[in-house]
Amino acid sequence: MNLLTVSGSPHVYTEESVSKIMYGVLFSLIPAALVSFYFFGLAAIMVTLTAIVSCMFFEFIIQKYLIKGPVTVFDGSAIITGALLAFIVPASLPLWMVVIGSLVSIGMAKMTFGGLGKNIFNPALVGRVFLMISFPVEMNLYPKPTSFSTQLTDIITGPTPLAVVKEGVAQGEKVSDLLPEVPEYVNLLMGNMGGSVGEISAFAILLGGIYMLIKKIITWEIPASYLGSVVILAGILWMIDPEVYVDPLFHLVTGGLMLGAIYMATDMVTSPMSRWGMIVYGIGCGFLTIVIRIFGAYPEGVAFAILIMNAFVPLINRGFKPKRFGEEVKNG
Amino acid sequence: MNEITLISVISLGSLGTIAAIVLYMVAQKFKVIEDPRIDIVADKLPGANCGGCGYAGCRALAEEIVRKESLDGMNCPPGGNEVIAEIASVLGLEATEQDPTIAVVRCSGSRENAPPKVKYEGDMTCAFAHSLFAGEGGCPNGCLGYGDCVVSCDFDAMYMEEETGLPVVKDNCVSCGACVKACPRRIIEIRKRGKKDRRIFVSCINVEKGGVARKNCKVACIGCGKCVKECKFDAIVMENNIAYIDYNKCTLCRKCPPVCPTNAIHELNFPPRKPRPETKNEPAKA
Amino acid sequence: MKTFKLGGVHPPENKLSQSATIEVLPLPETVTIPLSQHLGVPANPVVKKGDSVKAGQLIAKGEAFISANIHSSVSGTVQKIDDVTDTSGYRKKAIVIKVEGDEWEEGIDLSKDLIKDITLSPKEIVSRVNEKGIVGMGGATFPSHVKLMVPQGKTAEFLIINGVECEPYLTSDHRLMLEKAEEMLVGIQIQMRALNVEKAIIGIENNKPDAIEHLRKLLTEYPGISVEPLKVKYPQGGEKQLIKALVNREVPSGRLPIEVGCVVHNVGTSFAVYEAVQKNKPLVDRVVTVTGKGLKEPSNFLVRIGTPIANLVEAAGGMPENTGKVVNGGPMMGKSLSDINVPVTKGTSGILLFLQAETSRKPVHNCIRCGRCASICPMGLEPYLLAVLSSHNRFEDCEEEKIMDCIECGSCLYICPSGRPLLDQIRIGKNETGKLIRSRHK
Repeated sequence: MNLLTVSGSPHVYTEESVSKIMYGVLFSLIPAALVSFYFFGLAAIMVTLTAIVSCMFFEFIIQKYLIKGPVTVFDGSAIITGALLAFIVPASLPLWMVVIGSLVSIGMAKMTFGGLGKNIFNPALVGRVFLMISFPVEMNLYPKPTSFSTQLTDIITGPTPLAVVKEGVAQGEKVSDLLPEVPEYVNLLMGNMGGSVGEISAFAILLGGIYMLIKKIITWEIPASYLGSVVILAGILWMIDPEVYVDPLFHLVTGGLMLGAIYMATDMVTSPMSRWGMIVYGIGCGFLTIVIRIFGAYPEGVAFAILIMNAFVPLINRGFKPKRFGEEVKNG
Repeated sequence: MNEITLISVISLGSLGTIAAIVLYMVAQKFKVIEDPRIDIVADKLPGANCGGCGYAGCRALAEEIVRKESLDGMNCPPGGNEVIAEIASVLGLEATEQDPTIAVVRCSGSRENAPPKVKYEGDMTCAFAHSLFAGEGGCPNGCLGYGDCVVSCDFDAMYMEEETGLPVVKDNCVSCGACVKACPRRIIEIRKRGKKDRRIFVSCINVEKGGVARKNCKVACIGCGKCVKECKFDAIVMENNIAYIDYNKCTLCRKCPPVCPTNAIHELNFPPRKPRPETKNEPAKA
Repeated sequence: MKTFKLGGVHPPENKLSQSATIEVLPLPETVTIPLSQHLGVPANPVVKKGDSVKAGQLIAKGEAFISANIHSSVSGTVQKIDDVTDTSGYRKKAIVIKVEGDEWEEGIDLSKDLIKDITLSPKEIVSRVNEKGIVGMGGATFPSHVKLMVPQGKTAEFLIINGVECEPYLTSDHRLMLEKAEEMLVGIQIQMRALNVEKAIIGIENNKPDAIEHLRKLLTEYPGISVEPLKVKYPQGGEKQLIKALVNREVPSGRLPIEVGCVVHNVGTSFAVYEAVQKNKPLVDRVVTVTGKGLKEPSNFLVRIGTPIANLVEAAGGMPENTGKVVNGGPMMGKSLSDINVPVTKGTSGILLFLQAETSRKPVHNCIRCGRCASICPMGLEPYLLAVLSSHNRFEDCEEEKIMDCIECGSCLYICPSGRPLLDQIRIGKNETGKLIRSRHK
C-alpha cells in the first residue's frame, strides 16, 4: 500500500517553475536573434552557439567536479547567460574570446557566489565588461550590417552610431551635421546598424519584452522607469542644446539600451523585490546610462550602469519595503 | 611648486591633528575599564563559543568567572577539567572536578523498529515537522530524523545514520548541549560518560501507555516496571509510563538490560555478555 | 467589482461538488468528540465513563473566557474519556460515545419550520450562543460569543458575513447559502441584534452567481442586509482582506476587526446561531464537503461532530486506490492527515483527497529572487526574507519585518516557482517570534 503524504499547507502549487521561466525568456529572445542572424550572418550564429555551449559546459564542469553538487545545467539559466553574453559582444569577436567571456560569466559572476539566485551581478554583463577591459580593440570593432552572409573572417567593421556621435561631438562637430552619418531612425529601430550581436533591433527586443510582460516573467516597473528616465534626462539635455546633445529618441534606439532595459536590468536575481525599489533601481540605471554615454569615456554605458545599480540592490531592498497591510491606516 | 607642497603639508597635517584629537577624546569618553584578568581567562578557554557553559560565549563566561571570583558551578564542557584547573591556578581559586559528560540519543525508533506510516514533504527540519505532525513513524515523542541536532553541532560530533535514520553521537562530543536545545522533542540528554565510556540508559522517552507506544515502535519503553524491580540501587524511576535511569546512582551492574521485554534499555561499550545471547548489544547507539 | 487590493492569487477553483445537494450522513457506530475543537482553553468533561447521554446534551463545559461548550452529537453511552489521536497524530483528550438510537435532549426543536421572530434580548442571545457552544465555522473555530460581545469603548458599525469560500474545492458554505438561505438570514438578524448594528453585508465571490441571486431575491424581507459580489481572489475569506474588500477599511497591524467597527462571521456560523437561538439546538452537526478528483461522488454531507472521516470518504464512493494525501480543510490552509480515522470537528469544512500525481511538491531549487511571493502576499510582507531570517534563527529581525502579521494563507508557497518551503519556515519563525514577544512581557 502506498503511504499518505503529510505536509504543511498549502497543498496545491502553481505550474510555474524555474526552468519554465528561463525557457520563456529564451523563447522571447528569438526575434532579436533572427534579426541579428540576418544582419550579421553566420558569424553571429557562431558567436551565439559558442557562448551558449561554453556557458553550459562550464556550469556542468563546476557543478560536477568543483562543487560536487547537483547539476542543474538544463534549468535554462546557463543557456540564457550564454545567449545574453553573445548578444552583447560584436559578431566579429574571435570565438576563443567568447569562451573566455563565458568562463568569466559562469565561473566568476555566478558560481563563486553559489550558483543560480545567489549572484550579485548579472553574469552576462560581468562577462562583457571583462572582455571589454581585456580586449578593448576587438570589443570595439563592430561589423557593418549586411544581408545574411556566411563570411567568418575579414568582416568589414565600423563604429556604432553612438560612437560616431560621441566622437564627433568631442571634436566639436554639431549633432545636426553628425546625424546624416548614421542610419535613419527607422533603420536604427529595425536593427540595420553596427553593434553587438543581439542589441541592434530595438523593435525585435520590444516584441520579446511584450511577450515576457504578457507571460508575467517580468513586470513593467524596471523597463518603464529605466527607459522613461533615459528619455527625460536626455530630453532635458537636448532641450538645453540640441547641437551638443543628441535627441532622446536616438538614445532609445541605439546601443544596448533596449536589451539592457528589458533583459539585463530585469534579471530577477539581481534586481530589487518591491515595486518602489524596482522603480528607484530603474531610474538609477537610466541616470547612470546617460551620464556615462554623454560625459563618460565610453560611448555606451548600459553595462556599467546596470552593474553599478546591481551593487545597490541589497541596499534598495532594505530601504524600499512593500506597503504592509494595516501599516498606515486611512479609513473611510 | 613649493607653495603647493607647503599648502598640502599644512592642510593635511592640521586635518590629521584634528582627527587625532577627536579620536583621542572619543576614546577617553567611551573608555571601558575592564579587568585585565578577563583577557587572561578568556585566553585559556577554548574559544569555540559553543554556549555549553550556559553563557553567551567564552568571553561571557570569563567575565562571569572574574566577577564572581569563584568557579562554583562553572564548567567548560569542551575544555573539560583541565581548562578549569588552569583557570583556577591563574586566578588562585579552587576548582571542582566534574565528571565528564556526553550527549545521548534516547530513541531507537529506526526505520525498522518504527516503520514509517506516512511520508513527509516540505521543509526538512525537525522544528517544522514537530509542529506539523507526530512523525513518519507515528510516535509523538520519537526522533523525527531530519537532523536539526546534527546541524546544530559545532564540533562535528554527530551524524545521521543512513540505515536507521537516527542521529549518532561520536566520541568527540564535548557535551556542549547545542543538540539538546535543537531537538524539539528533547530526546537528547547530557549524561555522565561513565567509567571506560560505559553507559546504561533507557533509549525511549515515549510517555504513552504501553500498548499505544508499542503499536508505533517495537523497542518502546512500555512502562512495565520490571527494571525498577530489578535495580538494587534505586537508580531507576518510573514516571509517566517511562523508566529513567539516574546516572548518578547507576553502578553499571548490567542487571536491568536483560529484563527489559522490549530491549529499550541500552548498554554501551561493555564487553559482550557470555551466557545470554538474546540481548542484542546494539552497536554505536551512543 | 470589489476585491481587496494588496496581493492575492487565483488557484484553479475545482469546485467539483458545487451542485451536490446537502445529504444527511447516517449515524456512525461510535463518535469521538475531542475536548479542544475550538481556539482557546479545552473544555472540561462533565460526564464520565458509562454515563448514557442524549444528543444535544452538554458533555464538556468551556469554563475559560475563550473556550466553548461541547455537546454530545448522538445518543448512547460514554465508552471512555481518554487520549485519542487527533488530526496531527498527537494525542489529545476526547470523549468516545457508543451510538445507541437517536434520542434528543428535551427542548430542542428539530422541525424544519422557519421561525422568524426574534424574542431574545442581545444579552440573552450572547449567553445562548455561548451555552450552545457555537464557534467560527470557517475553520478558525474562534468561540462566537466572544465576537458577539463588543468591547467597551468600541462600537460595531458593520456585521460582515463571510460567504466568500475562497478556498478551491470547498462548497459547504455555497450549498448552505442555497439550501438554508432564510435560516441563515434570520441568523444574521440575530447577530445584528446582539451587536446592535444596522448594516450587515454578505460578501460572496462571483463564482457563485446562483447564491448571490438567490439571496438577493430574499433580501426584501430582511432590511439592513445586503449582498456584495466580489471578484474571485484568494485569500478573500481572510477577515482583514474581506473587510478591506467590502468597506475599504484596513485593520491595523496586530489589532482586531472591531478596531475599524467591523465584526466578521461565517455563513455557517450564522446558520448555527439561528439553530441555537431559535431552535435551542447546540452545535452538534455541520456541513462538510468531501471532494477530490479521484473521488466517485464529490458530495456535501450534514455530519454529526465526532464522525470518523473515513465514514465520509466511504459515503462519497470510497477512497481511491491511488490517493496520495488527505486534507482536512481546504487545499490552501487545510491540514494533511496521517490517519483518516480521526473525527470531524466543529472546524472541519471539507475533506479533500488528492491523487498521488497531484500530491508532490515541486523539487526545491535556489531562490531566484523573482519577488513573486512579495508581490502576491496579501499582508504586504516579504516571504522570501522571512523564510531566510527564520531559518537562520534571527527572530528579532523577523519581528521587525512583521512576521506576526502573516495570516498563513499559503499564497507564497503556492506561487513560488522554485518550490521553496516558504510558509513552513515562516511558521517556525512565527512560533519562535511569538515566544520571544511573550517572554518579553513577562
